Amino acid sequence: MMRRILIPVLSGSIFGAGLALGGMTDPARVRGFLDIFGDWDPTLAFVMGGAVLVMVIAWQIQPKLIRPVFGGDFALPGTQDLTAKLIGGSALFGIGWGIAGLCPGPGIAALVIEPVSAAIFIIAMLTGMVLVRLFEGKA
Amino acid sequence: MTEPFVLTGFPDAAPMAGLAGGVLIGLAAALMLLGIGRIAGISGITARAAGISDSSLPRVSAWGFVVGLPLGAFIVMLAQGGLPANFASPLYLAIAGLVVGVGTRLGSGCTSGHGVCGMSRFSQRSIVATITFMVTGFATVAAMNALGLEVLP
Repeated sequence: MMRRILIPVLSGSIFGAGLALGGMTDPARVRGFLDIFGDWDPTLAFVMGGAVLVMVIAWQIQPKLIRPVFGGDFALPGTQDLTAKLIGGSALFGIGWGIAGLCPGPGIAALVIEPVSAAIFIIAMLTGMVLVRLFEGKA
Repeated sequence: MTEPFVLTGFPDAAPMAGLAGGVLIGLAAALMLLGIGRIAGISGITARAAGISDSSLPRVSAWGFVVGLPLGAFIVMLAQGGLPANFASPLYLAIAGLVVGVGTRLGSGCTSGHGVCGMSRFSQRSIVATITFMVTGFATVAAMNALGLEVLP
């Protein structure tokens, strides 16, 4: 119960609060940050900096744990292989992020701010994810 | 939150609110990592919740995290008496969502998984991914501005 439901809900909620507080759920704020050649708004650099700072510490603690605090096992991705798929996919993601000023987390969190807009974004995003799944032949 | 600190040259920036939000995001990701041993990568968790990913995170946990996101935003919205809502038109939202969906799955992550969790781990993959989506994000906004495409109200 703790590991399977409560911790994910708590983490998601803290994450969502952080996104809202930091301005990431406001596409104008996000596009302001991406408008580096125009009227640049550096706020998101502080969001990213704060988050990375905390996580750098967490990554120092992680190897010292044999198991996660609430049980189960660590399941962490590899970090080294640079592939065309990684770079091409990330390039596409940045284009989508720039168009509407939303990435996946804020898109979902925005359901409580402007439900219709958020739902359109989320449904389109899921459609894109399903398309990749189909092309990879694992549908 | 009233911004107590004005950044010289950037009167509209909210650095303290940004930093506070960032620290919360970091704590949330740390809770996932140290608490249950998983990466708080939202595109991956969303795909898992939707049943289109084979990750080892239980589906019920993926749903729990996804439901938490708007819940947390709602608490901030209540505390602040509202949140800014400058969203693009349905057409732009649909195009952007589709491209984000395809891109994050091909690229194995988004701002949270690569930008926060991977960068802080000094993962070569995540650093390259983050630089890539930042550059194309900058380029996209610059190109749209140059073409006079106004997407936000």
